[in-house]
Amino acid sequence: MLLTVLRRTAVFVASIVAASVLVFLFMAVLPGDAAEVSLGTNATPEAVAAVRAEFGTDRPLPTQYVDWAGGLLTGDFGRSLISRESVTAQISDRLQVTMILVFAAMVVSLLIALPLGTLAAARHQRGSGLALSGVSQLGAAVPAFLAGILLVALFSVTLGWFPSSGWTAPDDDFVGFLRQLALPAISLGLVEGAVLTRYVRSAVLEVLREDFLRTARAKGLTRSQALVRHGLRNAAIPVVTVLGLQLAALLIGAVVIERVYVIPGLGSLLLDGVSSRDLLLVQGVVMVLVVAVLLINYVVDLLYTVIDPRLRGS
Amino acid sequence: MSTGVAGMAPDVQEPAVVATPRRRRPMTPSMRIGLTLVGLIALLALVSFVWTPYDPTAIDADARLTGSSASHILGTDKFGRDVLSQIMWGARTTLFVGVVAVGVAALLGTPLGVLAGMAPRGVDQFIMRACDLLLAFPALLLAIMFGAVFSASTLTAMLAIGLATVPAFARIARGGTLQVVRSEYVLAARSAGRSRWAIARRHVLPNIAPLLIVQSSVAFGIAVLAEAALSFLGFGTKPPNPSWGRMLQESQETLHSTPMLSVWPGLAIALAVLGFNMLGDGLRDRFDPRLDDRR
Repeated sequence: MLLTVLRRTAVFVASIVAASVLVFLFMAVLPGDAAEVSLGTNATPEAVAAVRAEFGTDRPLPTQYVDWAGGLLTGDFGRSLISRESVTAQISDRLQVTMILVFAAMVVSLLIALPLGTLAAARHQRGSGLALSGVSQLGAAVPAFLAGILLVALFSVTLGWFPSSGWTAPDDDFVGFLRQLALPAISLGLVEGAVLTRYVRSAVLEVLREDFLRTARAKGLTRSQALVRHGLRNAAIPVVTVLGLQLAALLIGAVVIERVYVIPGLGSLLLDGVSSRDLLLVQGVVMVLVVAVLLINYVVDLLYTVIDPRLRGS
Repeated sequence: MSTGVAGMAPDVQEPAVVATPRRRRPMTPSMRIGLTLVGLIALLALVSFVWTPYDPTAIDADARLTGSSASHILGTDKFGRDVLSQIMWGARTTLFVGVVAVGVAALLGTPLGVLAGMAPRGVDQFIMRACDLLLAFPALLLAIMFGAVFSASTLTAMLAIGLATVPAFARIARGGTLQVVRSEYVLAARSAGRSRWAIARRHVLPNIAPLLIVQSSVAFGIAVLAEAALSFLGFGTKPPNPSWGRMLQESQETLHSTPMLSVWPGLAIALAVLGFNMLGDGLRDRFDPRLDDRR
């Protein structure tokens, strides 16, 4: 068990180092450099040289990388090329908003997928089970931003129940916060919930055919009791893996949803950085998102080992 | 399978057994619906090469936001452009991006997967860890990075979607290859002195082709979603070329007065994704022998 954890941790750390090299090289080896790109085509050579000296981009690439990566380790992402503000401060402000959105969407997605997926599996030979499968298939084909636009059209424009855009911090006005969080979280969670429903359905269906469940029923448990006591833990193994993928997908999906609802999260910061050609900011946000995806995969790997004892020795 | 814009993470399920043509089953309803929807989108795209009701980029100030009428079946947008014509051109854009992105993914991912499956353990591990690393860069993020460094365009979107889908193809190809190389006929071919290259070409690729076809359909659905999301964010197809994602983005401004402008491109995206997903499911039912036990 310990060896497995150590091995996976080593892979995780190596992946972060490799990802940081990729992100750094991608942003560094571009036509021109960050200073030229941020100043535009009309910049004088003196102005470009001044910015290069200020941000250290006139130094050799390995030195720049070591400096940047060393900064990442201490939580210093450098300064924005445009606003000259700390990138770390901007990221940490926006990350909180995105995390709230992603976790709210995950809750919505689980609230949809767990009951519907289990129901669709338990009734897979009946019309209601087939109908649920059809709805989840349809839901999985709808992009989150389309769901967002349609929800705004219905609940904001037509019914006026929720605001169509904006963000209120929970400390300022909790009810206002919940009202503004509702539609973005549902847009993001609805679609992922539809995808997750299909996985829950097939995982539960798989478990329903297992011998141990038949044995449990032979010992006098009802179908539901057998499923809850013995089936759900086994059905959780594939679902946890997919949940990890879904969490990473929600994080990336939040980039689009933040644009639809004008939410000041990490995605908006990234898109603003691209618009203003602030490559150091973009580099920092991309790195945070990539590390988050790697971290999620790592945690899922570990959870997978905890849930399924057969994998501990492998 | 994982879809959703959010769900751009490619399907990474590894195949258990490689199917052969003898084991194919008749078309399932899922496959029929998928084929019909995909056929419809392809037909729209093909017809757009020879005919559209109007020039999809032609601005008509007198016919702005008309709504559905006899002259404009799906209405017009805020510039007076015909929505049906734009949807037809958008189908072309969607299919073009899908074909190129899936082509890039298959052309890079398949050889990598076959190589990983046939090469010594060290090479195999290196390729698969590199694929794992690439999975940490979803299509949307890659496209935004491309957009930050180069100018965002259809080309950068296609490349980003293609690169992000490489690991899925590599994993499928590797899984299939590992099974084929353990078969007796490959052992016989090795004993007869055939080179690895000849075995890969003659035995591995034809046997894993059905798996790759299934994966292509799944990846196509993901590519359609990704292209729409990127165009929606301004990192995909640039104006004036019509694209469903950008139509949706532009429709946000007129959501209060003409919500139907969001419905048509939204419906087109959802039906295209549904079509490719169902086709992928149908193809998997047809080719994946593991499903025999589950019927």
